Amino acid sequence: MTETTSTPPVSTDKPDERVKTRSSFRQALIRPELGGICGTILVFTFFLLTASDSGMFSASGVMNWSIVSSQFIIIAVGACLLMIAGEFDLSVGSMIGFSGMSIALLSVVFGLPMWMAIIATFILCMGIGALSGWLVIKTGLPSFIVTLAFLFILRGLTIFAAISTTNKTIVGGIKDAAEGDWLAPLFGGKVLTGLFQWLGDNGWIETFERGFKKGQPVVDGIPMLMVWAVILLIFGHWLLTKTKFGNWIFASGGNAQAATYVGVPVNRVKILMFMFTAFCACVFATSQVIEFGSAGADRGLLKEFEAIISVVIGGALLTGGYGSVIGAALGAIIFGVVQQGLFFAGVESSLFRVFLGAILLFAVILNTYIRRMITGEK
Amino acid sequence: MSEPIIEMKKIEKHFGSVIALSGVSLKVMPGECLCLLGDNGAGKSTFIKTMAGVHKPSVGEIYFEGKSMDFDCPRDAIIAGIATVYQDLAMIPLMSVARNFFMGNEPTKKIAGISFFDHKLANEVTMKEMKKMGIHLRSADQAIGTLSGGERQTVAIARAVYFGAKVLILDEPTSALGVRQTANVLATIDKVRKRGIAVVFITHNVRHAMAVGDTFTVLNRGRTLGSARKGEITSEELQNLMAGGATLATLEGSLAGTI
Ligand SMILES: Nc1ncnc2c1ncn2[C@@H]1O[C@H](COP(=O)(O)OP(=O)(O)O)[C@@H](O)[C@H]1O
Ligand SMILES: [Mg+2]
Repeated sequence: MTETTSTPPVSTDKPDERVKTRSSFRQALIRPELGGICGTILVFTFFLLTASDSGMFSASGVMNWSIVSSQFIIIAVGACLLMIAGEFDLSVGSMIGFSGMSIALLSVVFGLPMWMAIIATFILCMGIGALSGWLVIKTGLPSFIVTLAFLFILRGLTIFAAISTTNKTIVGGIKDAAEGDWLAPLFGGKVLTGLFQWLGDNGWIETFERGFKKGQPVVDGIPMLMVWAVILLIFGHWLLTKTKFGNWIFASGGNAQAATYVGVPVNRVKILMFMFTAFCACVFATSQVIEFGSAGADRGLLKEFEAIISVVIGGALLTGGYGSVIGAALGAIIFGVVQQGLFFAGVESSLFRVFLGAILLFAVILNTYIRRMITGEK
Repeated sequence: MSEPIIEMKKIEKHFGSVIALSGVSLKVMPGECLCLLGDNGAGKSTFIKTMAGVHKPSVGEIYFEGKSMDFDCPRDAIIAGIATVYQDLAMIPLMSVARNFFMGNEPTKKIAGISFFDHKLANEVTMKEMKKMGIHLRSADQAIGTLSGGERQTVAIARAVYFGAKVLILDEPTSALGVRQTANVLATIDKVRKRGIAVVFITHNVRHAMAVGDTFTVLNRGRTLGSARKGEITSEELQNLMAGGATLATLEGSLAGTI
């Protein structure tokens, strides 16, 4: 026992014979997005077979479900990063109502220029996001509880603010207030209008046959809402998979303690993700308010669950540390396509919920199976 | 002999009314493996956590490379060169080996002024460092969860060494492992020590301690029960020492001057 050579032998240079080599096909299949990819294919196949003659896949039909899907993507990206960082935000829906109302009241009632109302609202909402994150970290309570409190607080404040200033729960006049503003078109405008006009002129897409819009394309541009969805999707995917910070998001949600021990600023990561979720809710609300020309105190109801369901369908783990922004976006697309598709197919809309529940279960079961394959357990 | 890399003097740690440590002292030389033994609740984990900056000692001093140190958080200790591998807290199973390896120290490269996680470099370094430790990964992309417990410990150790640890603390790295995996971890400890890194190895198992240890310290109920160098003590004596004070009297002869 005096010599260090008493240490046992190490495995030599040959690979462990018990590690089965995996085919690259199988390897490529094992990814968080697989459930989302399968679901998307399934859903599109279903509607192509059942609703292809309903106008669902005409230019305006595509635009219809794309817009709805984009809305889901915007909030799903925020919810996805937050969930991977190990937290939930149940106040997303209330935040949408709150920020929309904030913009309306600041601009219409208090007469602030639209851009100022929008920026002030973003700052306010991200501040609230930071506050809920800070409370989660300081109290050590589950974010589920803390943000549930904010779900009620924000909704209550929204209704209260609307009633006490305007005596109504719907505040209009946004269109006028946004007239000539430089920031509002960034949320409510359309891009590529020239391209669509050109497509219409050449008869490649539908145009109006009569009326004062005669000759104009039915779909006259890409709404900024969709541009935001794409930007947030690319940003979220880049942040998560291509940056140092992305690794911190995974680590914070995977095991906060282990991450802290190696020097990952877990608290900062989590608070920033709460703020990002609030930012996404604000983007959603601002686009909606400018599009509709009004803010409603009940806007955004149940959106937090729709966001979370999209994320879970997309393969993220509810307990954090695992997931994919692309997957969440696919989840959002499934959501949007099914919701609008059932309408096109003329199916009773209550069946939407049945379908949703079923696909949620299916996706989660599939994802659990994929995860087991990733960690090698059977 | 050179000066100790780390020296802990009369460390006490109280948690409210619980006295977890009441005056434990020890020193570790570079390239030396110190085994910390003791029964459950002896205070081993608490002791190394004061060393790693997780706990602040209630009383006592820590000297690192001859200088008095006062760590506020684990990060301070890591920067100084003290790395700790906790038994099950070290790794995140669903993250890839490379992502785990570089967690908190991600390499970046700039493309068009934007900072990217350098996955290529991370994967290469991970494969290379793991190979040095005798582990052949299928790919650095595979989830840590696909590795065995012993391999995971080795990733954690390789990571600490790669990031310049001067003192490596291992809290019961072998207690949940099978024979073969334990052998791998012990071999890794030996490699690390030969690179001139000081190792503090906590274990329950006298045979594991004897296999790699240079010095042995036994804790019991927050106190040092005895210390011995390799060759000054047999496994039976160490086993008895760990078992408690009952057989202590019979050991006094062989341990004279070291208690
Ligand atoms: N954070 C803490 N708060 C209160 N008591 C603690 C804490 N950590 C450890 N202890 C107590 O200190 C004693 C030593 O524990 P520990 O260092 O974990 O022992 P070991 O690692 O040797 O098994 C135990 O009695 C334990 O209950
Ligand atoms: Mg312990």
